[in-house]
Amino acid sequence: MSNLMEIENVSKIYGPLKALSGVTLSVPQGQWLAVMGPSGSGKSTLMNIIGCLDTPSSGEVFLDGVRLSELSPGELTAIRREAVGLIFQQFHLISHLTALENVMAAQFYHSMVDEREASEALEGVGLAERAGHLPSQLSGGEQQRVCIARALINHPKLILADEPTGNLDELNEKLVMDILHKLHREGATIVVVTHAPEVAAHAGRVIVLEHGRLVSDSVGEAPSGGAGEGEGEGADDPKADFSEADGEAAVLNRPGEEGLEKNTDFSPEEIRARS
Amino acid sequence: MFLKMVFKALTRRKGKHLMIAFTVALGVSLATAMLGVMFDVGDKVNQELKSYGANLNVVPRGSSLVGEKYGFAEGESDAASSNYIKEDELYKIKMIFWAYNIVGFAPYLKTEVEFLGKTAGVAESAGASPSGEFPEFSAADGRILRPRSGLGREGSEDAERAERAGHGERAGHGDRAGRAESAASGLSGEPGAFPGEGGVVLTGTWFNKTLKLPTGEEVEAGMLPLKSWWLIEGEGASDLDAHGALVGRDLAERLGIRPGDSFKIRSAKGGEFTLQARGVFSAGADEDDQIFCPLALAQKAAGLPGLVERVEVSALTTPENELSRRAAKNPDSLSQLEKDTWYCTAYISSIAYQIEEVLPGVRVKAVTRVSESEGPILVKTQLVIILLTALTLFSSALAVSNLVTAGVMERSAEIGLLKALGATDLAVSALVLTETLTVSLFGGFFGYLAGLGFARFIGLSVFGETVEVRLMVIPLSLVMVVLVVLLGSLPALRALLRLKPAEVLRGR
Ligand SMILES: Nc1ncnc2c1ncn2[C@@H]1O[C@H](COP(=O)(O)OP(=O)(O)O)[C@@H](O)[C@H]1O
Ligand SMILES: [Mg+2]
Repeated sequence: MSNLMEIENVSKIYGPLKALSGVTLSVPQGQWLAVMGPSGSGKSTLMNIIGCLDTPSSGEVFLDGVRLSELSPGELTAIRREAVGLIFQQFHLISHLTALENVMAAQFYHSMVDEREASEALEGVGLAERAGHLPSQLSGGEQQRVCIARALINHPKLILADEPTGNLDELNEKLVMDILHKLHREGATIVVVTHAPEVAAHAGRVIVLEHGRLVSDSVGEAPSGGAGEGEGEGADDPKADFSEADGEAAVLNRPGEEGLEKNTDFSPEEIRARS
Repeated sequence: MFLKMVFKALTRRKGKHLMIAFTVALGVSLATAMLGVMFDVGDKVNQELKSYGANLNVVPRGSSLVGEKYGFAEGESDAASSNYIKEDELYKIKMIFWAYNIVGFAPYLKTEVEFLGKTAGVAESAGASPSGEFPEFSAADGRILRPRSGLGREGSEDAERAERAGHGERAGHGDRAGRAESAASGLSGEPGAFPGEGGVVLTGTWFNKTLKLPTGEEVEAGMLPLKSWWLIEGEGASDLDAHGALVGRDLAERLGIRPGDSFKIRSAKGGEFTLQARGVFSAGADEDDQIFCPLALAQKAAGLPGLVERVEVSALTTPENELSRRAAKNPDSLSQLEKDTWYCTAYISSIAYQIEEVLPGVRVKAVTRVSESEGPILVKTQLVIILLTALTLFSSALAVSNLVTAGVMERSAEIGLLKALGATDLAVSALVLTETLTVSLFGGFFGYLAGLGFARFIGLSVFGETVEVRLMVIPLSLVMVVLVVLLGSLPALRALLRLKPAEVLRGR
């Protein structure tokens, strides 16, 4: 299977600060990737670049074989619209629109407004009865689920979730993770930024950023509940520049890349220690 | 969905939008009031300046010296036109291209009659006149040759023309001033010209007449609206009163006529008539020596049924410029485009030309002094108002700009989100603009209503009468609202385009 996403030596520089430096990563179709790292390590920056919300200072990003640096802002917008579903930590719902209308607004900018489809999307995240509520009348977990329903409305190949459970209690976190699992089963590629090892544990692969550098890349077990995902031993060839395991995990190992560790056995404790 | 989003944004963010609506309403109300006043001030100032006389004099081609002046063979012009204009064709003046700019017109027919004396007992005030039925008047008190200031408008040219026309030429010849001058000289300089000592000038006119156009429209015409500065003592004359007359102050004094008196006159062609003085007027010009009566009566007296010899037309005009002056000299020297432009602009010369078109055989002469003084005053007044309006609009645009920009900043998360979801810059701009425009049109509507009130107030306090705001101000206000909003939204749109979703959505 081809890689949905290739990131080659990407850096992002804000003045004197290198938010990302020389990150190289490739993500095959259908993978669930968790991005961890301490605050300010460049996780969101990486997400924004992948999600076509931002452009790298140097390096190349390919989405589905398309070189993003060659695209105009309008084309980037189009990709974002067509291929990417964004989920944010702060939910970012439009406060004066109801849950249903928030989903429909995304439909409007994506293609055609279809109220039935929007209702079904809300149903899919268990919010059928709350469709007519304003965000202020919804709990945090419910808002996040509206946000997910909205992200899903254009059937994106790639779902980017930046700390989707950061503001949620355990129960809602579980609900959100269940939805992500469902999406993953349906074949979506998912990238989740998280601080929480238990959230990262759902992923098939975990990378860790520190000061803008990729310091760890490990393929864990199959995502819990991720049935039918023959999670391969993607890291079985550590010498490979670029291992494209048939199926899921592709692991990067640039020889000589400083500070890059390879953990074939992903352990939440270790990740926690790193964060 | 778009409209729903706009609507929801409007209803759920009332406070902010009401501020915008209020700002726009304020700006539009002032602008509407000022524009309303401006258009009407044009008319009002024009009407006040009208008191100096009519703009145009319509005379038969045959009676003026056109032939001579324009180098026609004399026989040609004489054969082609009569010395009079048909009364029943005058309505056509109100049917030219610039008909709405014709604010008034009145026909005149002058004839000399012999004053036979007052008739006893008929008039209410007959007994009140101690001077008796045959008041004394003599050449000495009645026929002093005074400078006819009101007539000498065209100065030496007229005098020259009058001379060329021949000393003692009868009224009805020459253009207005020339003819009047010759009439004056006839009255004073040539004793033999009148049948008796009681010779006076009787002028027939429409006092205040409502004409029905073939289109069914009714228009007002007549002399009294044109002579608004005349001081009339007595009840005043009406066209309905076939024998009611207005007597000039000087003549009334000489003949001892008071308002309400009846008197007899005799004309060579029409026999004897009894008139009743419905008023004595003071015009401050040569008319003070004349009797004005309904046109039909003068036509009978002169033996010229259905004819008039001169028409005064008062028109609202555009100040003359190079084009109009060239056209006035010779319309044929213009290119087709220039000619169209000229024809479709309310220059005094194009209005004159259009009157000549509808009334064959007439020559229309501009009394230019009046309109030349009207033009610059109006233009200046209007310029001041336009500048003030522009300033008002500019300040509302600034205020709107602040509000909209603040709104965009406040909603940057929402806007960034829409962009992140895949909305193009255009789509987001359209959303913000539509919202702002909707509130602004709403505000503009109320502003317009308020503006009507302001205009009324200004009209009452400045001109002592209400200002009628033209319908034309509505589209103008609409354009103003759109302009203010677009201008005011520019900075906000710029900010909006600069918003990067990545930065806006960054966890805060
Ligand atoms: N627009 C920006 N301007 C300046 N510095 C920025 C900007 N965006 C991010 N940064 C900086 O880049 C670094 C990485 O930020 P971010 O990717 O948000 O980290 P994380 O999401 O891992 O907490 C931080 O030090 C942050 O302050
Ligand atoms: Mg972050």
